[in-house]
Amino acid sequence: MQLDQVCFRTMHLDQPWSMESYRSVGGYQMLEKILREKTRQETIIEIIKNSALRGRGGAGFPTGLKWSFMPRRMPGDKYIVCNSDEGEPGTCKDRDIIRFNPHQVIEGMIIAGYTIGAQRGYNYIRGEFFEPIERFEQALIEAREAGYLGKNILNSGFNFELFCHPGAGAYICGEETALLESLEGKKGQPRYKPPFPAGYGLYGRPTTVNNTETLASVPVILQHGADWFHELGTPNNGGQKIFCMSGHVNKPGNYEVPLGMPFAELLELAGGVRNGNKLKAVIPGGSSTPVVPADVMMQTAMSYDGIGKAGSMLGAGSVIVMDETTCMVKALERIAYFYYEESCGQCTPCREGTGWLYRVIKRIEDGQGRQEDLDRLIDVANNINGNTICALGDAAAAPVISFIKHFRDEFQYHIDHKCCLVSEPELKLNYG
Amino acid sequence: MTTALQLTGHRDQLFNQVIRQQLDSWISKYPPGQSQSAVIPALHILQDSHDGWLSEGLMRALADYLEIPAISVFEVATFYTMFELKPVGKHKISVCTNISCLLCGSEEIANHLQKRLGIGFGQTTADGKFTLKEVECLGACVGAPMLLLDRQYHEHLTPDKVDALLGEVK
Repeated sequence: MQLDQVCFRTMHLDQPWSMESYRSVGGYQMLEKILREKTRQETIIEIIKNSALRGRGGAGFPTGLKWSFMPRRMPGDKYIVCNSDEGEPGTCKDRDIIRFNPHQVIEGMIIAGYTIGAQRGYNYIRGEFFEPIERFEQALIEAREAGYLGKNILNSGFNFELFCHPGAGAYICGEETALLESLEGKKGQPRYKPPFPAGYGLYGRPTTVNNTETLASVPVILQHGADWFHELGTPNNGGQKIFCMSGHVNKPGNYEVPLGMPFAELLELAGGVRNGNKLKAVIPGGSSTPVVPADVMMQTAMSYDGIGKAGSMLGAGSVIVMDETTCMVKALERIAYFYYEESCGQCTPCREGTGWLYRVIKRIEDGQGRQEDLDRLIDVANNINGNTICALGDAAAAPVISFIKHFRDEFQYHIDHKCCLVSEPELKLNYG
Repeated sequence: MTTALQLTGHRDQLFNQVIRQQLDSWISKYPPGQSQSAVIPALHILQDSHDGWLSEGLMRALADYLEIPAISVFEVATFYTMFELKPVGKHKISVCTNISCLLCGSEEIANHLQKRLGIGFGQTTADGKFTLKEVECLGACVGAPMLLLDRQYHEHLTPDKVDALLGEVK
């Protein structure tokens, strides 16, 4: 099985980020072909639909379908926006795509712009990504010099401008309408949907927002065909996907593997559980996706549908591995604090509810839990769920509900005994 | 870079020429009439050229320069965590303590840093050299535990690596 077939396809080269490296794997050929042959927009959308490419940022929405929503022949400004505001705990793939293969993101964005009728694009990169931003800016200069950006690109009559826009530290800006607000120079507070960005997006104009990995997949799909890409994965789950293997594994890293790969195999790629410890649980798609106990996870295929069957979500492919030494109360406390800290404050259930969740879990962790606390947590979580403008509310609720569902005994032990059920790793070493 | 920045007066005289050029370059990346889009990049530029923090005068001057209400700049500066509204140390250390880093020992790193520097999170050393911050996930989870020192990520940290790192900082 060959890894690194899509977004990481330059990874084996010296200076994988250079224009030269990218050209050597066929980079920019598809853009040139499309502009030369004046490929119909509908044809490209059809290919992307047939490839079964689904959004890599978390929601998994079919990309071709999303593109088809754009009023592509409507006159006036339209935009393509790349979401590189990577901030979901456990996720660190877009950083590497931009660091090591920025030209593929650029080519994907130009082709996307052509297809949806946009003449301007922005790549919103989180502000802390100093190195990736620099890399991307450099690649933009190279692309402009090569004539792939600007007016009348390669004498095709197609105009397209592309810019990088930095964020400044706000998880919420990964939500697409908050990102658009932020791009307009405002606080990142999500908008009501509908209207969706395809109708009312950046500056009130039709806009498509796609994740970095999604856009970077486009040139490869066009180069090798929809069927090739689809068959890399499984039906309805096309392609390879980068999984960020973090936590208690021997070889943490980003692994680009076929969708549908059994989790057990992926875990092996990442060197297995650290120190030969026993696997306890896995958060398969980033901190907002429900936790899955080890026995279920070991039977799960790493695809949108496979992880869905296991009761969780593929999310952004951010696999957080926890071994037997992990205290689930402490893990959940940290996750709950994150959503409390990052709630934008716009909707009452999320602004107030995330604080409640954190404080109650913290007191359980601190040995001051009350008997009614677990029911209270579920109650608060259910009152956030579905009652907010954006998905951050649901994202805060899902870990709480799933941790308590699968590890209720451990939470109860904390409340009853005012201490942890799991022995500290240091103790284990001393007695081991 | 610490320069005296002119913060009042006619738009053409605000800041200094170098900064005006940088701001104009950002404004040109957005459609006409959308200069507010430049507020985040502009705040980064001003913060970097003003000892790492944003004074009220600096923000008001930016509002004048972008021709937007001052409140629009305050809202952004207070919403995003990378913007500092009070003086900070010469170097900023941001330690991630989120889930992947926690699983890989960020508590030990955080404790070690606090002990070494003799300060808690959100504080600056007496000599003004370091400000220490606890931050949310910085997107380097496979390199956990990690920290951001000024503009550079440092991954797979151990207390020894932290000591070496601190020793290298001028």
